[in-house]
Amino acid sequence: MNRDEALLAYVSRLGDNALVIGQRMIELVAGCPELEEELANANCALDYIGQARMFYTYAAELEGAGRDEDDFAFLRAEHEFRNLLLLELPNGHFGDSIARLVLYEAFYRLHLEALAECADERLAAIAARAVKEVRYHLRHNAEWLLRLGDGTDESHRRVQASIDGLWRFTGELFADDEVDRTVAAEFGGPDLAAIAVRWKAEVAALLEQATLTSPRDEGMVSGGKAGRHTEHLGYLLAEMQFLQRSYPGAEW
Amino acid sequence: MVSATPTRDEVWGWLGEVADPELPALSIVDLGIVREVKIGPGVTVALSPTYSGCPATEVIERDVVEALARHGVAEVAIERRLSPPWTSEWISAEGREKLRHHGIAPPERTIACPRCGSGNAVRVSEFGSTACKASYRCGDCSEPFEYFKCI
Repeated sequence: MNRDEALLAYVSRLGDNALVIGQRMIELVAGCPELEEELANANCALDYIGQARMFYTYAAELEGAGRDEDDFAFLRAEHEFRNLLLLELPNGHFGDSIARLVLYEAFYRLHLEALAECADERLAAIAARAVKEVRYHLRHNAEWLLRLGDGTDESHRRVQASIDGLWRFTGELFADDEVDRTVAAEFGGPDLAAIAVRWKAEVAALLEQATLTSPRDEGMVSGGKAGRHTEHLGYLLAEMQFLQRSYPGAEW
Repeated sequence: MVSATPTRDEVWGWLGEVADPELPALSIVDLGIVREVKIGPGVTVALSPTYSGCPATEVIERDVVEALARHGVAEVAIERRLSPPWTSEWISAEGREKLRHHGIAPPERTIACPRCGSGNAVRVSEFGSTACKASYRCGDCSEPFEYFKCI
C-alpha cells in the first residue's frame, strides 16, 4: 500500500465513521426524552453529517475517479464501508445511546486533535474544524452519563449495563492496521497506542465520576475497519440508501 | 449593469448587504464568514463555514454569487476555506451590537440578558434553534433568550 492509497482509505474511513454515527443519531430525531435533548441530538447529528461530507468530498478528490460525496454515501455496499463496529450498533435505549457517544467521542476528540497536527493540510484543516464541535458534544454527553450513572438505582443499573455491553467494541478504536500505520509514518498521522493510554485514563475518570465501574478488556471484537460488519449495518444502509438505490440520480 | 472590474472595497461593500440566512439581522461580513476578496480575473470570495453541518453554507454561497451578479460581476468563484477554522471571535463589534439588538446575547464570556442587561443568566439548554446558539433565561426579568455560543 503506497501513501496515496493509504490516505484515500483513511479519509474515506473517517467519512464512514461520521456518516454512520450521524445516521444513528438521525434515527433518534423526534424520539428524544425531552425537548432540549431533541435540539442537542439533532444539532450534533448535523455536525457529523457535515463532517462526513467534508471527508467524502476530499476522498473523492483524492480518488480522482469522478465520484462525489453522494456516491460514497449512497452507492457503496456494506463491505465497502470501513466504519468502526461500535458506531453501527443500534441505538438501544437512551442510556445505550449516551454511553456509546461518550466512549466514542472521548476517542474521536483525541483522534481529531492529533489529526489537526498531521502533515496533510486538508485533512488537518477538516480535523481542526471538527474538533471544536466534538469537544462540545462530549461535554454534553458526559453530563448525561453523570446524571444517569449517579442518578437513580434504575438509571445507574441500566447505564452500567450499557457500558458493559459496549465495552468489547472499544478495542477496535485502537486496533491499528496498514492504513493507520502508513498514514502515521508518511503524514505524521495519529499514534493510536498513545491515544489509547489517554482514552483509558479519561474514560476511567468519567466513569468513576458517574459512580460507574470500568469493565475489563475481555472478548474484544473488531472487523468494521476491514469491511467485516455486524448484521446491523445492512439495515442502516438499506434505509439510508433507499432513495438513491430506487431512483438513481434523483435530486431535490 | 457595470462592466468595469470592481474594486475590492466595492465587493466588500456588496457582501455587507448579504444577510445570513439563519440570522438575517446580520450580514455575512458581520459574522466574519467572508475571509478574503481577490480581484482579477473575475472575483474570488473566500468563505469559512461556521459549523461543519451548517445547512446555510450552500445558501450563503449561492447568495454571494447572486448578489455580485446583481452588481454586474458575472465571473465569481467561491473558495471554501477551512483553515483556520471559523471562530465566534471573528464576529465584528457591529455584528455583536446587532445580535444584542435582536435579543441574542453575543458570544462573550459574560452572558448578559439582551433585554435588561442583567448578568443573572440561567442556562436552559446548551443547544438552541441553530447549531450556533444555546438557550438561556434571565434570572431577573425572566425573559428567555438565545446566546450565540463561543466556539
